[in-house]
Amino acid sequence: MAIDKFVTIQSPCVPVAIENVDTDQIIPARFLKATERKDFDINLFRDWRYDNNDQPIADFPLNNSKYSGSVLVSGKNFGSGSSREHAAWAIYDYGFRVVVSSFFADIFKGNALNNGLLPVQVTPVFLASIFAAIKNDSKAEVEVNLDNQTITLLATGEKESFEINSYKKECLQKGYDDIDYLISIKDKIEAYENK
Amino acid sequence: MGKTLFDKVWDAHVVDSIDGGPDVLYIDKHLIHEVTSPVAFLGLNSRGIKVLRPENTIATPDHNIPTINQDQPIQDVLSKMQVDKLTENTKKHGITLYGLNHPYQGVVHVVGPELGHTQPGMTIVCGDSHTATHGAFGSVAFGIGTSEVEMVLATQCIMQPKPKKMLINVTGKLGKGVTAKDLVLYIISKLTASGGTGYFIEYAGDAFTSLSMEGRMTVCNMSIECGARGGLIAPDQTTFDYVEGREFAPKGAEWDKKLEEWKKLYSDEDAVFDKEYTFDAADIEPQITYGTNPGMGMGITQVVADEQDITYKKALEYMKVEAGKPVLGTPVDYVFVGSCTNGRIEDLREFAKFVKGKQKADNVIVWIVPGSKQVEKQAIEEGIDKALAASGIEMRQPGCSACLAMNDDKVPAGKLAIATSNRNFEGRQGPGSRTMLASPLTAAAAALTGKVTDPRDFL
Ligand code: SF4
Repeated sequence: MAIDKFVTIQSPCVPVAIENVDTDQIIPARFLKATERKDFDINLFRDWRYDNNDQPIADFPLNNSKYSGSVLVSGKNFGSGSSREHAAWAIYDYGFRVVVSSFFADIFKGNALNNGLLPVQVTPVFLASIFAAIKNDSKAEVEVNLDNQTITLLATGEKESFEINSYKKECLQKGYDDIDYLISIKDKIEAYENK
Repeated sequence: MGKTLFDKVWDAHVVDSIDGGPDVLYIDKHLIHEVTSPVAFLGLNSRGIKVLRPENTIATPDHNIPTINQDQPIQDVLSKMQVDKLTENTKKHGITLYGLNHPYQGVVHVVGPELGHTQPGMTIVCGDSHTATHGAFGSVAFGIGTSEVEMVLATQCIMQPKPKKMLINVTGKLGKGVTAKDLVLYIISKLTASGGTGYFIEYAGDAFTSLSMEGRMTVCNMSIECGARGGLIAPDQTTFDYVEGREFAPKGAEWDKKLEEWKKLYSDEDAVFDKEYTFDAADIEPQITYGTNPGMGMGITQVVADEQDITYKKALEYMKVEAGKPVLGTPVDYVFVGSCTNGRIEDLREFAKFVKGKQKADNVIVWIVPGSKQVEKQAIEEGIDKALAASGIEMRQPGCSACLAMNDDKVPAGKLAIATSNRNFEGRQGPGSRTMLASPLTAAAAALTGKVTDPRDFL
């Protein structure tokens, strides 16, 4: 099961300007009951997005028509907490292809990459510039170029490069996943077992 | 240059290394449960492949099961479906399952150690971030996502960049009424919820070596709450004594051989860590969290810090606590004792001893949830359930329960719980619920007084 290939994105952003967004906020445990990967996007940020009567909370960015696009921008330490891959699925299936933050939790980062969702870690200063640009114009766009490993804030021309290890980069560029790779080295695995 | 304990275990499991990329790491033990495995099995099916080493995976339902009437069919349709899927998938692939009502069922991280599946020097993974628990035995154990669960099922390997290494040294002995839980909450409050990200922690110093295995598991369990992938403690006589004789532990000549290997599992004198911290156990009092991540904690007699940051202010508002004020004396609605952090027999014993001969406060609902069937059985044998009943407290049946509130054990919106589990995120114990994390002793003190109470007042 390959993942979707990552192509350069130019898009406005959806800002969730909160720090330490944990996986229980991204998708609360009570929505993890499915046995297939289906409909998790419906419950993305459930408890911030809907009130107790399941009515959309108007000022939450996902409910605000001012904001759109495939880039989610959030505060530092994004994705902390549980290992639930449902968090990455919910974000991806909602339509996001990139999450920008100044810091990511480890397990989330791995899960995102395994699903073709690109975590882009920027400096706190650059993150502040993106938030400021969005405040100024809700349609402010960024360009995320994986080949060059750069993110550009088009409104100001500010540009930063981001890190990704070369193996994961290639997986995203070509749409490969780790399991394909592991299956291809089965001989080595068996040799290890017989050592 | 010498190697750290972590290096020794990790390096011995590297099957292959990719230039500029991750290591291919061989996994000795894989634990699965009903919530994060179904999609992995779907993946296997759609690729048309079998589980490579079914004997290395163990399954048990825990996250989403009821903690009452377990002998009856599960009422919640979706929960039943997940549990049934686990049964079906494990049967199809020849994986050992400790199903509901099986004498070995329980929270994965309680089950592994108590049956002797968890052993020093192993690599252990599970689709649950608190897999770090097993690091207490000197194994490299960490949580993985569902894609990785599929990788382990298919190839017994995962691909991981090697984390950096951190040493946390705590010297001295813990004071009266101060437990392993307080020790780890203290460390997290110092490091913050993200201070350990990118690292694997080794805990060293007498504060850890003097702990029981249960206490060490409590500490390692919460490594993830400062962002670290896992934490581990070098195995010693306490470890070997705990493992010896357990059902799936090595026996006879095999035991002797393993023991020789395990005795080499420690960080060499000249090993280098990427980061080191030292704390003094004497500075640690019983801890309590006041915010919405486990790093927002303090000594129970202290006052809530005042910070200008918006996220911080939002957390205090959610928790209904005030900067500059103590949380001591705050009325408590629920007390939850359980989870893979503090749901082992030692925790239940400590709680029961604390409340013995006293009545629980009328305003609190107390949930005591054993971590496994084995813990439940032991508690019943020791009369803990009866002792609790005499104090007006009921013991439930094993499962993750209110740790993540996937089942019916939910704390209602606005209510405050003192929980011995590991996360105090917004809504973690039910939409709108408020959680303060603490030790079983602090939980016991709250159960008796109905408010946040320093357990040392009773000791
Ligand atoms: S008790 Fe809580 S933390 Fe432990 S495995 Fe269950 S849900 Fe995860």
